[in-house]
Amino acid sequence: MVEKGIGARVPRKEDLRFITGRGRYTDDINQPGQAYAVFVRSPHAHARIKRIDKAPALAMPGVLAVLDGDDVKADGLGNLICGWLVKSKDGSPMKMGKHPLLAQEKVRYVGDRVAVVVAETPAQAKDAAESLVVEYEELEPVAELDRAHGAAALVHEEVANNLCYDWELGDKAAVEAAFAKAHHVTKMELVNNRLVPNAMEPRAAIGHWDPGQDAYTLWLTSQNPHVHRLVISAFIGIAPEHKLRVVAPDVGGGFGSKIFIYGEECVVLWASKKIGGRPVKWVAERSESFLTDAHGRDHVTTAELALDQEGNFLALRVNTKANLGAYMSTFSSCIPTYLYATLLAGQYKTPAIYCDVQAYYTNTVPVDAYRGAGRPEASFLIETLVDQAAIEMGMDPAEIRRKNFIPKTAFPYQTPVALVYDTGDYEACLDEALKLVDYAGFPARRAESERRGKLRGIGISCYIEACGIAPSAVVGSLGAGVGLWESAKVRFTHTGKVQVLTGTHTHGQGHETTFSQLVAEKLGVPYEDVEVIHGDTEKTPVGMGTYGSRSLAVGGEAIVKACDKIIAKGKKIAAHLLEASEADIEFKDGKFTVAGTDKSKTIGEVVFAAYVPHNYPAGLEPGMEEGAFFDPPNFTFPAGTYVCEVEVDPQTGKVDIVKFVAVDDFGNVVNPMIVEGQVHGGLVQGIGQALLEGVRYDESGQLLTGSYMDYCMPRADDVPSFEVVTSRGTACTSNSLGVKGCGEAGAIGAPAAVINAIRNAIGVRVEMPATPERVWRAIQSSPLAKAAE
Amino acid sequence: MYAFDYHRPASLAEAAQLLAGNPEAKLLAGGQTYIPTLKQRLAKPAAVIDLGRIAELRGIREEAGGLTIGATTRHAEVAGSPLVERVIPALAALAEGIGDPQVRNCGTLGGSIANNDPAADYPAAVVGLGATVRTSKGRSIAGDDFFTGMFETALEPDEIVTAVHFPKPEKAAYAKFPNPASRYAIVGVFLAKTAGGVRVAVTGAAPCVFRATALEQALAQSWSAAAIDGVTIDASNLNSDIHAQADYRAHLIKVMAKRALAAAG
Repeated sequence: MVEKGIGARVPRKEDLRFITGRGRYTDDINQPGQAYAVFVRSPHAHARIKRIDKAPALAMPGVLAVLDGDDVKADGLGNLICGWLVKSKDGSPMKMGKHPLLAQEKVRYVGDRVAVVVAETPAQAKDAAESLVVEYEELEPVAELDRAHGAAALVHEEVANNLCYDWELGDKAAVEAAFAKAHHVTKMELVNNRLVPNAMEPRAAIGHWDPGQDAYTLWLTSQNPHVHRLVISAFIGIAPEHKLRVVAPDVGGGFGSKIFIYGEECVVLWASKKIGGRPVKWVAERSESFLTDAHGRDHVTTAELALDQEGNFLALRVNTKANLGAYMSTFSSCIPTYLYATLLAGQYKTPAIYCDVQAYYTNTVPVDAYRGAGRPEASFLIETLVDQAAIEMGMDPAEIRRKNFIPKTAFPYQTPVALVYDTGDYEACLDEALKLVDYAGFPARRAESERRGKLRGIGISCYIEACGIAPSAVVGSLGAGVGLWESAKVRFTHTGKVQVLTGTHTHGQGHETTFSQLVAEKLGVPYEDVEVIHGDTEKTPVGMGTYGSRSLAVGGEAIVKACDKIIAKGKKIAAHLLEASEADIEFKDGKFTVAGTDKSKTIGEVVFAAYVPHNYPAGLEPGMEEGAFFDPPNFTFPAGTYVCEVEVDPQTGKVDIVKFVAVDDFGNVVNPMIVEGQVHGGLVQGIGQALLEGVRYDESGQLLTGSYMDYCMPRADDVPSFEVVTSRGTACTSNSLGVKGCGEAGAIGAPAAVINAIRNAIGVRVEMPATPERVWRAIQSSPLAKAAE
Repeated sequence: MYAFDYHRPASLAEAAQLLAGNPEAKLLAGGQTYIPTLKQRLAKPAAVIDLGRIAELRGIREEAGGLTIGATTRHAEVAGSPLVERVIPALAALAEGIGDPQVRNCGTLGGSIANNDPAADYPAAVVGLGATVRTSKGRSIAGDDFFTGMFETALEPDEIVTAVHFPKPEKAAYAKFPNPASRYAIVGVFLAKTAGGVRVAVTGAAPCVFRATALEQALAQSWSAAAIDGVTIDASNLNSDIHAQADYRAHLIKVMAKRALAAAG
């Protein structure tokens, strides 16, 4: 048994540096001769740029360069891309509006990049940015999703009706037929609110062109440095890929927002060359984060569920309008399509599902993946709809779910929306959650709350997600422009220490700990002897990065495969040293043993022999370093049941979450403490979406929620102490570890549990965020709540 | 932030002199509003006069049965003061509910009232307790006259708040419904039974703190929740914004008034 191996609650090795202020983030890095960039941003949601006069800014003290869209064009730099091609119902490709590094001719959202000023100091850059003269001709904005279609204004002139694509999935005819014979149809209109990702560390970058080597380095806040390198070289064309090093050092949170290739990071790299090779640094202020980090969600949906007399689901029909913002972001096309509609079966055996999605441009910040990305939207829709159906059918919300679950004997299970679920036991999670929350005791607790003048409610959410992104051939057939495998290298030193180089990137997930545990377990080396290296394209093998709860299920499996190669080579060496046949060598707990004997060599001895091959198998390469790539055969399907209990103050509408139980099936778990932490964080974000967070624009397209004074981030006193269970796992079959991924679950499953609990308390459904005012107004219209009052 | 001259006078007299000589100067107390304003380049003062080192502006003492609190006394000092807890516990409770621990350990009474944010807590206490604001010009301004409009006060440009005198009420309490994001008051009601009668001050709901006279009259008749129930709050002068519409604020005024009443006893 390996100490600190798989299953151990090892404290995170990275935390010491983080909590003692010794992390090394992009803004902690300063290069000799560094200059500073400040971006001039559009104050208008939609306007034509009539004229830019750089002269006053160029005359300011310390200014080294002022660059705008014309300079980008003159240098022939490419536009930002969207890496996933979605086709409309008629087979036509999505309509991609041009997304230049700096605005050309038009600005399309408040905060759009108009120009960059590079100066000797940040203050000089700011002063000069303020003196840049930009004349605009204001245009009517498309500020709201529901007004995008048919709006007189066009975000991109070439895109009629602002409609990027009109996409569908599922068997429409089968769904129509099922609805025609349904006993009951539950119909619902719902909004999935728009969110600001709010990573603790704002985006930052330092670009450097080294004229001596004609080579480029970009330090930045990225979840996937190799993807940044690929796009910046292949599409933007600033530097050839082999001459570009991208380093993502410690990164303070991403939640998706740091996957994307934005203009600013590209511009500082380009600007370094424009000023002759001095490094150029840019660090976003929090206001810029609100204005420019890709937002999340923003759907308006109509959903209908057809049921038979017994409450069996017959069919699901969904129409969604998705807001893309002003430009397509790096993966924005696949979020409301392949990461959304493919999950609409949920945990249920609904036989027929049809979904169509219209994605619109608006004059708002681009919208892309945010913790969960498409799957929270699907889960929220299904779980609030199913709950409503239970109410309308007079059934218990737990029982209607149980009745429709895919039974555990039915796996692998082909859903009607493309995915094949490999494993699961949904009833086990539901049972455990109901037991933990004391479902049966709820009426007594409700009565007790009522005596204190409070309305108590309980809400269930049985979510599923597709993680372990992703089988390359599958996503390729659906339009993805890249493969989504992952890579690893496991390197021993002479002294038996291990360096693990991974293509994934940790920005809060604790990979340095989890991967060390994994290697300690596989190779039988002390956990402390393993060092995990990531985030530098010059050190690590090419990798696709971290998002979609993929790092362990895909990246971890690549590490396992590299370890397997180490063991295979080690067996050859051990056989030689022990004068035995290779076939007789067994490896366990760091020891190579001749089967049935006490003759053995430790892995340290074998590694030493590999580096000092004085007595060594003929023809075998020296050294002990193995690399592996892993392309998963399928997605993974974490699932679970969340139960939320709320107490509503009918006088003010304030909702307090008094209980929250999360039972998750993440398959096998490497570090339960880290997994629970990931669930806690996800739940807080999900609760934030349900109760507190919501982006608001005014009619002119100005962001009203542009700071923490107006955009409500959840705080410790907004959430209860969670009860989290991760031991209900059914081992995943798509990787040898049996792991499914846990990073997004909380944010996916929580919103419906909260909203269902509020509905249970007050008798009506409230849109997210369920602010006190919204809840209070809903109570005014609810006969149930009125009676209680 | 734009460049400015920074002064840190050691005495009130020096501060007053600096202010008189620098018409474009701004006073800095706890900086909880002004420093973010500077950082966002929303203000461009020629000079900033930091009042933080002036000993005579800080401290809490008992005076004429009530409390006199120096202008640069921190919220946390008021919240944690046994003297305040004994004489006017409602004031300690109000200070304890301002912002978060960081704000409470920097923000000051004088800074709060001189800024007169429409959603700040302290103005409700100053008006609700019938307090008197004392200034560097030797003026004593009644709380009722001090807050003149949104971010506006009766202070003259070269005048500095030195202290606030709070008379001891017979009963008092403050109840606030905080904005979940900023934790400022969406509605805060300070209610007091004083020698001069019942006072009800409302913050957060309108462009400026105000006395809810209808509630005062009803409570003067009958110090009871029923009296509050019988009052209709006019929503027409209340704020409507993304956080709360006027009718909701009007409703909350009564709810908070009842909670303050229950707390005051």
